[in-house]
Amino acid sequence: MNARDAIFARIRQTLQTTDASAMETHLARHARGPLPTLSADLVTRFRECATRLESTVAGPLTAAEVPAAIARYLDEQKLPRRVVSWPGMASFDWKSAGVEIETRPARGDDLIGVTGVFCGIAETGTLMLLSGAQTPPTVSLLPETHIALLPVARIVAHMEDGFDLLRKEHGSVPRAINFVSGPSRTADIEQTVTLGAHGPYRVLIILTTG
Amino acid sequence: MQVASGRFKQRAHDGLENPVLRNALLKSQGKFVVTRQQAFDELGNLGELRAAAAAVRDHTLERLDTYLTRFETEVRKAGGEVLWAQTAEDVQRLLHDICARHGVRLAVKSKSMVTEECEVNQALETAGIEVVETDLGEYILQLANEPPSHIVAPVVHKTKEEVAALFERHHGRPRLHDIPALCREAREVLRPKFLAADLGISGANFIIAETGTALIVTNEGNGRLATTLPRVHVAITGIEKVVPTLEDAALLLRLLTRSATGQPITNYVSLLTGPKRASDPDGPEHFYVILVDNGRSKLLGGELQPILRCIRCGACMNHCPVYQNVGGHAYGWVYPGPMGAVLTPSFVGLENARDLPDASTLCGACAAVCPVNIPLPDMLRQLRVQRMEKRLRPWTERAALKLWSWLAARPHIYGIATALAARLLHCFGGKTGLLHRLPFASGWTDGRDLPAPQGHTFRELYKQERQT
Repeated sequence: MNARDAIFARIRQTLQTTDASAMETHLARHARGPLPTLSADLVTRFRECATRLESTVAGPLTAAEVPAAIARYLDEQKLPRRVVSWPGMASFDWKSAGVEIETRPARGDDLIGVTGVFCGIAETGTLMLLSGAQTPPTVSLLPETHIALLPVARIVAHMEDGFDLLRKEHGSVPRAINFVSGPSRTADIEQTVTLGAHGPYRVLIILTTG
Repeated sequence: MQVASGRFKQRAHDGLENPVLRNALLKSQGKFVVTRQQAFDELGNLGELRAAAAAVRDHTLERLDTYLTRFETEVRKAGGEVLWAQTAEDVQRLLHDICARHGVRLAVKSKSMVTEECEVNQALETAGIEVVETDLGEYILQLANEPPSHIVAPVVHKTKEEVAALFERHHGRPRLHDIPALCREAREVLRPKFLAADLGISGANFIIAETGTALIVTNEGNGRLATTLPRVHVAITGIEKVVPTLEDAALLLRLLTRSATGQPITNYVSLLTGPKRASDPDGPEHFYVILVDNGRSKLLGGELQPILRCIRCGACMNHCPVYQNVGGHAYGWVYPGPMGAVLTPSFVGLENARDLPDASTLCGACAAVCPVNIPLPDMLRQLRVQRMEKRLRPWTERAALKLWSWLAARPHIYGIATALAARLLHCFGGKTGLLHRLPFASGWTDGRDLPAPQGHTFRELYKQERQT
């Protein structure tokens, strides 16, 4: 007997039933567990929670205002005006803002990554990103600074709403769904929280309208 | 990992006599307990969440075969492969095969207790493959050649000075003095490893049957790097980690991160399904999930089944007065604290961990904080019963209990014997009324005096009351 059969044999010995109908019912329902009630409006809630998790939240801005806002932020942070970004971002007017942009997956030495998001989760101030041809996950991961553009209309209440949106718009799950809640951190040494572990040191979320 | 759980008593003494460890535990416990409480106070509906989470875990465990089958089907549909391991040796063999097939020479790992359980690092190193732990805590332990002492904060027993000394020795760079600089140095040393690695090994906090997904929570981002950059990703986890839907995973996440570190959510929650798709510019080309039994299926249907609900948050050890005094290494295997005291005997055999059921005051704090309502003290009691039935206690104790039960079944003789014993002990107590030493119970009297019985026994008093 191979390992798989042996494991299943042991499991089945102890079970009351091997009928799959209860599973099918459960899977089809997509029932949600108890959810916390969110008092403030979703944008305010998102802003508060994201800020608490050490993200910087700016905006709302129109799409046209974004490149200049990014240029200002980079200057403030004393960072170079050279970013790597998702392909879809090439259409912004980066030139007049004085920002150099390359649209490709990120490399280990890129300093700034600019991405969109699939949606924002108000409950925790979290970004939901999907992997894909136009949305390489390395851009939000390898650079020390991650700048994310989040349309306010794409802020949903809970992670569960994000999953519903995913089912509605994509049908199936991509290779990677990444929920991002602020800069990477560690508290492994003496339980002291330190920002910037292996991922970005800082996360700027720019809310956008229109 | 070698099982040293049979020497819990000695190791607990070692922990108690280590002031650095005691101090580190004292500092961390305050943080874990307070932040957890604050996180749940803010949420407000802890009771409701725990009941729902326990129900989902039970529902899945009661149908483990159908859910695992569905998970396997979905992984395959996404282009990945599920491999099955009955034992730690199976896991090692499967990994060897994967490494040989894909020409792996360097592997990066994100934190996983199951891989500790299966001694993955040693096995790969024996096969000539370089393995690098990338979670900061696990990386420090790899340099120190030590096992983790906590399932969430593996290096809770070390001070920053100890870490600085390790880094200086292994990195060959000047000694650092503050924590952010240490973290920066680890990032700089490990980044090239991520970029060069052929294989990323991760655990999975949950696997999702509906979609064939491995879910990983991390704060450092190392989990994301290890599962994005290398050509091959292998997720290794226990068969009990399966949950039905994305919604069920979301429910459990609300409890897991708050119970573990007091965070409403960890920095990263990654849901990984299959290898990179045809149009994806990044991601691994091969995706494997190794599902490990290693003693888990034996627990199904028995009195210890509820321990399989465990989501490895560590709240039970953060609140355990025994763990907080002796530290995680005393437990002698991978899983410390109350959940470890239940799991270890089940996985390695009660005869190899016979003292662990005593590593508890049965105060109930662990059960009170468990996010999936596992009745840990009841299970420890159950293990004590099993231990007696398997004759795993010293003959003196068993003989004493036999004598006592013989006496207790004969009330008249019992009355005479206890009255006699009380009088005798009273005499031995002398003027101070304290017994400094007691035959067969020196373990108790070595550290304190036993107050000698005073006056009459309860039975005598009861009799007198009835007569008046």
